[in-house]
Amino acid sequence: MFQTLKSYQFLFEELVKRDFKKKYKRTVLGMAWSVLSPLLTLLVMRLVFTQFFGHTTPHYTIFLFCGNLVFAFFSDSTNQGMTSLMDNAHIFTKVNVPKYLFLFAKNTQCLINFGLTLCVFFVFCALDHITFTWRFVLLLYPIACLVLLNLGLGLILSALFVFFRDMQYLWGVFTQLLMYASAIFYSIDGYSPQVQRIFLANPVYLIIKYFRVVVIDASLLSWHYHLLMASEALIVLGIGCWMYKKYNHQFLYYV
Amino acid sequence: MTILEAKNVSIRYITGDFKDIGLKEFVMRKLTGNYHVTEFWADKDVSFTLERGEMLGIIGSNGAGKSTLLKAVSGIMVPTEGWIRREGTIAALLELGSGFDGDLTVKENAYLRGAMLGYTRKFMDEKYDEIIAFAELKDFEERPFKQLSSGMQSRLAFSIACLVKPDILILDEVLSVGDGAFRKKSEEKMREVISGGATTILVSHSLEQVREMCTKVLWLHKGKQIDFGSDVQGICDRYQLFLDRKLEL
Repeated sequence: MFQTLKSYQFLFEELVKRDFKKKYKRTVLGMAWSVLSPLLTLLVMRLVFTQFFGHTTPHYTIFLFCGNLVFAFFSDSTNQGMTSLMDNAHIFTKVNVPKYLFLFAKNTQCLINFGLTLCVFFVFCALDHITFTWRFVLLLYPIACLVLLNLGLGLILSALFVFFRDMQYLWGVFTQLLMYASAIFYSIDGYSPQVQRIFLANPVYLIIKYFRVVVIDASLLSWHYHLLMASEALIVLGIGCWMYKKYNHQFLYYV
Repeated sequence: MTILEAKNVSIRYITGDFKDIGLKEFVMRKLTGNYHVTEFWADKDVSFTLERGEMLGIIGSNGAGKSTLLKAVSGIMVPTEGWIRREGTIAALLELGSGFDGDLTVKENAYLRGAMLGYTRKFMDEKYDEIIAFAELKDFEERPFKQLSSGMQSRLAFSIACLVKPDILILDEVLSVGDGAFRKKSEEKMREVISGGATTILVSHSLEQVREMCTKVLWLHKGKQIDFGSDVQGICDRYQLFLDRKLEL
């Protein structure tokens, strides 16, 4: 497995480069867009929702930013990952390359974008007088979980997308709904404990909450919580890998 | 030493309803039992063996299953029945133009295509100037690929591909690229690669080429194996008769 990955490293790098160049082709601001667009979303949300939730939630801007940061990465990565296999159909039907490589390249590009936004996020934290503690290092854990979750969903979605083009629209609607269910601009404290439990089934919410607890509350979460996050991401990833293994040689017939 | 062996290889394509219908139609038709998939055997019971250094020519009219067979040999497809065993590295030059991206420059495309063919970055760094020189594209390095003429595009494609040094080499109609002058150059280059000791599979519509270069011939017709053997001239003669409609299958 690692041997194969090593031998495809060059191709992988070139694919990432290609995706980058294509994405920002003929844009004046280029890569600045990847930072600007979440900032604009943040600005709008901040203007609209402060009225309703801002007065009761401390550090509301950072609270919003945590949600936006995580969700933008999630939505970007899965939506682009979904089409990655179809977009490269002209390649894998003619050249024998591992098909997951296209998805990995796309996700890497999204991860780099996320990294840039994360830097801006820390700048905002400093501006909002958040104290930086050693606990910030722990943020690597939810980020790792999110990357695995995105990869897993990307595998599942890109495979399904080959068979059913409807997936594009279904997933568009689903991400919209998930956005509202991920408590990006509101706090779930007002709900009954039973309802709060339901939120735990949403891996995106788990990750957003992790960010908020570490950054805003400067505290830690239980190991149960860590375990729950990892298992949700790994289950999704497992299903994705299984689908690719099963349908690997059938994609060819459907493109 | 047998370097490539195919035994009773059959490859089935599925065609029919599924390609154009969406999720809703799929579910509806599954429920009403109205979902039809038709099968199509692109290759049926094809067997051949190749020893090291041999050259196999595959002949047959359009739709004979040549390209599909090559896809199976190169590992892009898996045979529905039968098996293929291969030793060593394999380089399949199926469609030279595949994998290029119109928006990237010539240089970026060269690296991308090189990566797809399994070259290393170091190798590309060393050979890049040679590739551009051979393709005669010195003045076009920073141009987007889509602005090149189709002849230039195939010249670049060929120049990258001809650097391969595999154990098994698969050539699908690639011996005739570009204009007259370049064609001569490319044929010479390809012969050089072949004479490097690679076991080669050649698909060609030029019978002269096959007669001249190949040591074995495989004749396919509508997916079925008509003949296979090292009697190159004999099989080619019979194929010629078939083409002239003097021989019925």
